[in-house]
Parts: sequence; C-alpha cells; structure tokens
Amino acid sequence: MLSVSFGTVIWSTIAFLLVAFILAKFAWKPILASIREREDSIDDALNSAKKAREEMSNLQASNENLLKEARLERDSMLKDARQTKDKIIAEAKAKAEGEYDKIVASARDTINTEKQAAITEIKHQVANLSIEIAEKVIREELKSTDKQKELIEKYISESKLN
Amino acid sequence: MRSKLSFFQKPYTLLAVFFLLAGQQALFSQDTLTETNSTHAEAHDEHPEDDADSFNAGEMIMHHISDAHEIHIIGDFAIYLPIILYTDQGLDVFSSSHFYHNEHHGESELAEEEEFHYYKYKDYVLYHEHIYYANVSGDEIAFDPETGEIANAAVFDLSITKSVAGIFLTVILLLLIFLSTAKAYRKRKGQAPKGLQSFMEPMILFIRDEVAIPSIGAKKADKFMPFLLTIFFFIWIANMLGLIPFIGGFNITGTLSVTLVLAAIVFIITTVNGNRHYWSHILWPSGVPLPIKFILVPIEFASIFIKPLVLMIRLTANITAGHIIILAFVSLILIFGETSEAAGYGVGVGSTLFMIFMFFIELLVAFLQAYVFTLLAALYFGDATQEAHH
Repeated sequence: MLSVSFGTVIWSTIAFLLVAFILAKFAWKPILASIREREDSIDDALNSAKKAREEMSNLQASNENLLKEARLERDSMLKDARQTKDKIIAEAKAKAEGEYDKIVASARDTINTEKQAAITEIKHQVANLSIEIAEKVIREELKSTDKQKELIEKYISESKLN
Repeated sequence: MRSKLSFFQKPYTLLAVFFLLAGQQALFSQDTLTETNSTHAEAHDEHPEDDADSFNAGEMIMHHISDAHEIHIIGDFAIYLPIILYTDQGLDVFSSSHFYHNEHHGESELAEEEEFHYYKYKDYVLYHEHIYYANVSGDEIAFDPETGEIANAAVFDLSITKSVAGIFLTVILLLLIFLSTAKAYRKRKGQAPKGLQSFMEPMILFIRDEVAIPSIGAKKADKFMPFLLTIFFFIWIANMLGLIPFIGGFNITGTLSVTLVLAAIVFIITTVNGNRHYWSHILWPSGVPLPIKFILVPIEFASIFIKPLVLMIRLTANITAGHIIILAFVSLILIFGETSEAAGYGVGVGSTLFMIFMFFIELLVAFLQAYVFTLLAALYFGDATQEAHH
C-alpha cells in the first residue's frame, strides 16, 4: 500500500489524463457552456421582468398623474361653470330687476299722464256741464222780464260800487 | 431511447470482455498451459492448509487494503488480472492466475516472517504482490540479512493491478455518467435539468461556485474548471467504489501510486500556471528583512513540494483508514468467534451495527475527501495565478 508501483503510476496517469481530456472536450465544455447560457437567459429574463415591472409602475404613476390632473381640471371646470352660472343668474337677476323697475316706472308715468288727462277731461266735462247747467238755470231765470230787469239792476248797482 | 441503450451497453460489454480476458487462464501465453496446471496441483498438495490454523487480523487487513494482481470477489472466486512485465526480453504478458494457482512455501530465518509463501510462474516470483526475478541458484527467494526484506531483483511491473482495474472502472463510469449528462444538456438546451442531469448539475455548480470561483476568482476559474471537475468526480467515484462490497474491495484512492499521480498533476498545473507574482512571492518575498528571507525562501520553496505531498498522503490515509476500521470490526467478530461461537455472535451484533455506522461515515468521507482535494487544488491554482495586490 505504502510503496509506489511504477506500473500503477503509469496506468493511472494514462487513464486520468485520457478521461480528463475526453471529459474536458466532450462533457465539461458543453455542460458548462449550456449552464452559463441558461444562467444568462435566466438573468436576462429576470432583468426584463424587472424592467417591465418598472415600466408598469411608471405607467401606473403616470396614469395616476393623468387621473389626478383630469380630476383637477374637472374640478376647476366645474368651479368655473358654477361661477359662470352664478354670474349669469346674478346678471339676469340684475337685468330683470332693472327692466322691471323701468317697466313699473313707465307704467306709473303712463298711469299718471292718463290720470292727469282723465282729470283734465273730467274738469272740462265738469266745466262744460256747469256752463250748460248755468245756461239752463239762467235761461230759466231770465224767462220773465221782471226778473231780468231785477238782475240787471242788481249787477249795475254792484258795478257802480266799483 | 434506443441510442441511449446502445450507449450504455457498449462500455459494459467492453468491461465484460476486459475482465473475461483477464480471467481467462493462459490466454496470453498458451505455451505454458500444461506446465501451470501440473505445478498448480503440486503446489496445493505439498501444503495442505497448515497455516490456516489461526486468524491473523493484521495480515487479513493488509491483504485487503493492498493492491493485488487479482480481484478477489468471494471465497475461491476471483477475477485474474493480466500481468504485464517489461523485461530484458521485451514485454511478457500473461494472466495472474498462473501465479495464484502456483503457490509455494518457503522458510527463511532472515525473513520478517519465518514461514512465508509466494507464487511462482516462469522465472518470476510474486511475493507480497510484488513481482521479482526468481533466483537461478539456491533458494528462489533470498532475503537481505540486515533488513529482512526480499533481495531479489524487481521486475518492471506494468500489470493491470486491482487498483488499475479500479481506475479503469472509474474512468468508464465517469465517461458513462458525464457523456450522457452532456448529451442531456445538448438535447434539452435552455430547459430545466432532468434525471441524471439534475443530480449532477448541483454538484457541478457546487464545484464552480463554492470551490473554483472563491479560490481562483471568477475570471480565471473557467480555465481550471475541467480539471477540477474531473478530479472531484474521479476521486469521489473511486472512493465510492471502495465502499461497495463484493466487487473486490477496491482501495483505489487509498493506493499511494494513484494519489501520487493526482497530486503530481496538481503540482504540474500549479507550477506551469505560476505567474510572476507567485514565483517572486516564493523566491524573493517583498517587504521582508534580508535575514528573514534566508529562512523564508527555503521554507516557501519546500512548500511547493510539500503541498501536493500532503494532498497525496491525506487522501490515501483517509481512505485507507476508513477501510482499516471497517475491516477491523470484521476481524473482531472472527477473533471472538475463534474463542467461542457465542462470543462471536455476541460481538457480531455490536460490530455489525458499528460497521453500518462506519459505512455512513465513510460515505461522507468519500465525498469530503474528494471535496477537500479539489478545494486545495483550486486554492493552489488560485495562489499560482493571483495578481499582485500589495
């Protein structure tokens, strides 16, 4: 056991070198190469998955941003709309009120003028009526010549005073 | 499905043919067939089991963890491996069954063990699993009077021993597993792993992400990945083969010759890839006073060699120790069984439970040692290729 036999040394050298050569060429080289290839492809796959995930999250973030912006825009638009509505309503109200006042005022003016006209008309009528009545009364009064003489006398006396 | 099947079948048939060839008696040298058979019979008649009187635990354990020229499966059944010898007359190839069927016994006062046995075939003797030339005159085996070790001339032995066969088996398993895994990667490009592929991928990623990249750095790790993966799975599978019972009790990574080769390759890669910063750090460390340099430089220089040596010894020692522990528990049963049958059974229960526990530990150690070897190799590569940063 503990002595070295040259025959064994020679045979083991030949056998080992031969198997080392054959395995290196036909086993280790293809095995190591395909292991490396597989590892590389797994690495690639993992990297691209990571990239995709990042892109996905980026996309999600931008989506969210977009959504946020849209929401903001909508809010501002709603606000604007509300303001515009309020303004329109207020303006309309103001205009309506002005118009109303104007109409009322012109109505009142018309009423006043109509009233004045009516009153003047009535005054005329009353004056005419009074004159007619006075005429009729005077005619009745002055039917008798006595009475006419009396009245003339009266007026002449009054005018003499002046 | 069909192509997969044929792919799996091919190496198995190769393996089967290999072991069949190895096991075939006298297939490699037919001219000695008759001679062997006759001596085989003689040898066994000469020595009826006289040394089987008592169980020797040490011998049994050493026999199991040592390298051998056969794969001993069970009982008398063994796979005989081919013996390849490089001699003055050129290569000599024959089956180890010639040796194992031709046992001889000898006695010598000079030897460590006075009574010894050896195997003989042609002009060669197999003693303690080492092959020597048989002496022509006098005793076939002679011993050195001072050391008690065998004095015969050693033969240059290129045999496919048990460990070498184990390495071949490991290599075949490695090719089977990883070529089909690579095929799965080609087929299922860019898809999730499946089956064997999904079992191997975490291991490969573990070596890449926990061993290579932290030690060497992401940029330079690619260059060393093929070697680190090969050495990790080689050691791990070899360790695991040693734990499977009934396939011959391989002790591949517990064989010093094997770990020596692995450590030497680590050493060579480290040295070849060493950059300026690495060598300057060893040969002329900056920022250190001159007198200290004289102490530091030799230490640093020695560490170049000590590091791989430690790698070699750690792996061998760990794996062998695991085998020894398990075998020791087996021996315990046999030793107690010799004194009384009841004691044998009694100890057997405890021993078996402990062996199961040890097996689990060994499964962990098999992985751990492969990991440690790979990690340290990666750290040495990292040291060698590191850029200056101070």
